[in-house]
Amino acid sequence: MERDASVFLLGEDIGTYGGAFKVTAGMWEKFGNDRVIDAPISESAIVGAAVGAALMGMRPVAEMQFMDFVSCGLDQIVNMAAKIHYRWGAAVPIVVRGPSGAGVHGGPFHSQSNEMWFVHTPGLKVVAPATAYDAKGLIKASIRDNNPVIFYEHKYLYRRIKDEVPDEDFIVPLGKAAVRREGNDIAVITYGAMVWVALEAAELLASDGISLEVVDLRTLLPYDEQCVLSSARKCSKVILLHEDTRVGGLAGELAAVIAEKAFADLDGPIVRVTAPDTPVPFSPPLEEYFLPNVQKIADAARQLAVY
Amino acid sequence: MPTNVVMPQMGESVAEGTIIKWLKKPGDQVERDEPLFEITTDKVDAEIPSPAAGVLAKILAAENETVAVNTVVAVIDGQMPAESAESSPESATAPSPKAENAAPAPPAATIAEAQPAPATAPEEPDRTGEKLRSSPLVRRIAREHNVDLTRVAGTGLGGRISKKDILKFLERRTPATAEIPAARPSAPSKLATPSGQSVAFSGPTHVSAMTPQRKLIAEHMIASKKTSAHVTTVFEADMTAIVQTRESMAAEFERSQGLKLTYTPFIARAAVEAIKQYPIFNSSVEGTNIVYKKSINLGIAVALETGLIVPVIKHAEEKNFLGIARAVQDLASRARSKQLNVEEVQEGTFTLTNPGIFGSLFGTPIIPQPQVAILGVGVIEKRPVIRNDAIAIRSMAYLMLTFDHRIIDGAVADQFMAYLKRCLETWEEPLL
Repeated sequence: MERDASVFLLGEDIGTYGGAFKVTAGMWEKFGNDRVIDAPISESAIVGAAVGAALMGMRPVAEMQFMDFVSCGLDQIVNMAAKIHYRWGAAVPIVVRGPSGAGVHGGPFHSQSNEMWFVHTPGLKVVAPATAYDAKGLIKASIRDNNPVIFYEHKYLYRRIKDEVPDEDFIVPLGKAAVRREGNDIAVITYGAMVWVALEAAELLASDGISLEVVDLRTLLPYDEQCVLSSARKCSKVILLHEDTRVGGLAGELAAVIAEKAFADLDGPIVRVTAPDTPVPFSPPLEEYFLPNVQKIADAARQLAVY
Repeated sequence: MPTNVVMPQMGESVAEGTIIKWLKKPGDQVERDEPLFEITTDKVDAEIPSPAAGVLAKILAAENETVAVNTVVAVIDGQMPAESAESSPESATAPSPKAENAAPAPPAATIAEAQPAPATAPEEPDRTGEKLRSSPLVRRIAREHNVDLTRVAGTGLGGRISKKDILKFLERRTPATAEIPAARPSAPSKLATPSGQSVAFSGPTHVSAMTPQRKLIAEHMIASKKTSAHVTTVFEADMTAIVQTRESMAAEFERSQGLKLTYTPFIARAAVEAIKQYPIFNSSVEGTNIVYKKSINLGIAVALETGLIVPVIKHAEEKNFLGIARAVQDLASRARSKQLNVEEVQEGTFTLTNPGIFGSLFGTPIIPQPQVAILGVGVIEKRPVIRNDAIAIRSMAYLMLTFDHRIIDGAVADQFMAYLKRCLETWEEPLL
């Protein structure tokens, strides 16, 4: 925002309150009413205003208090933002960001991983950082990108992940995955909070002599096909992991592209570890059962390793 | 042009066949369709005709050898005998490891003698004939490095050859050992009992290997028991009317049709009528679906000296009594003389078995997969029965139906049997 005067924030309670998760804490004090706008509780209005502002040359960053409620702004995103460049050639450089995901006992309306709604919408980019470094680098890249970007911040990671974030201005390019851990036996391809679960599973399995490679996609649309295929080819066995539910999840798409382009490199079935096809349960034990965890990944990996 | 002769597929579930006898020697002239060799499988023993005319250039699978379906077992040369076939590039297609054994090329033999115990031999079991399980990657590596996968030991699930296995194989392989046909212990059977320990008998024994047909029957029987929920119901039918009909018609039947009148076509006709009433007995289970078959292909079990074969009367629902009788006699006699075609033992949808001919009262037959029922008939004999509160002498027989309780309930099976019994006891259909 210091760098570019056209960047501004809007969303519910993001001003004096600093946002439900304090993501924008201190911004209003620094940039004032004009650039940090407390919006009414209407996601449709927030996204609509952002699209309009973007068409007028601004770079708005709209916060959804929970990504669950982006559904109220869906028409503005899917039918407006995603299609304007296709129809008129006009850029819509908006970022719609907010907290997503489960693991904090938020129940069915505050825990969803609904990224696939947008991954299935041509004209958008969809981003899901797993590290603090990436969160900074990717949000900057998203703001500077001329396409509408839907930016998923996993709420489980807000208070739990810490790493060194340089003060200077840097970006992490969109569309580039990162190999978080090198391995030889099975490639675990994932994103968001599940990156950390996969890394923990990799640590556990290393003592069993099973070497996992962990790929963090970082951008879900366009995803880094080259990186996905190269890890699949290297390990010859693949586990696709996500917190999102199973049917229509990103794992299905990745499984298809691996089968299409790396079939002759596979030494076993492509395995998915995902949440089951239900809403996110409110009951903590049920939520724990619902979410993929280290044990589920380890079980799948052990089975696949001996295949 | 040399023509490859392959082991034919003798039935949908058959993966391999054993060559019993070569009817031609290398160098012999053969005509197209002239019998070339005899084979045995679990479904059928058969003579296999030559696919082309020419000279039998090479025999690649010896007698008593069991090979996978589609394995090349011989080469027929259109113009010249053996020598040119050896050198012609076409004949080089698919030289299986078995082939090397049957006719070892001189250099390989020399090396084999020089190194009688190659260090890698235990790593390279010959698994020709077993269904090979690998992966797209393993097959690609095998192609690129010219590896015969039957020689790679699989350590994955169910013996699957994994990436690790083939990479280890390549690592150990040296150019010389790769050429040496490894010693071929006979493939371990899926039926084998846990080695040694289970044999409690300590006296003298005689051990005889199962024939391939016996092995496959054994596997099929166990597989069927594991697949279907077998339940057997037994009815008793008064066969007096049929016995009388047969006795009065037998001579005329033989004179006018040249057919011996047996009880089998009576049972078969009644079974077809019962199936028409209760079509679920002509179905099979596919996943969670029940697949009803439109035509009734009636299998008739025929005992042979060496085993059992089940020729099939196709479209039995379209045949009258005479048609069924003719088909039964034709198939049974050709089954005994090993003259059945492959398709004549395939695609049965319901099976009839007749243990009664040996005196059995009734049995509990096993369902041939993927069918869902099998009907058996016990011995037809005179028994004292109660008729109108008096003891009468009637020709009686037990009828038993084993059905798959996964999809057929007892009530339906018993209705089927009651209908069948009624058909037999009130026989009306003219025989001619």
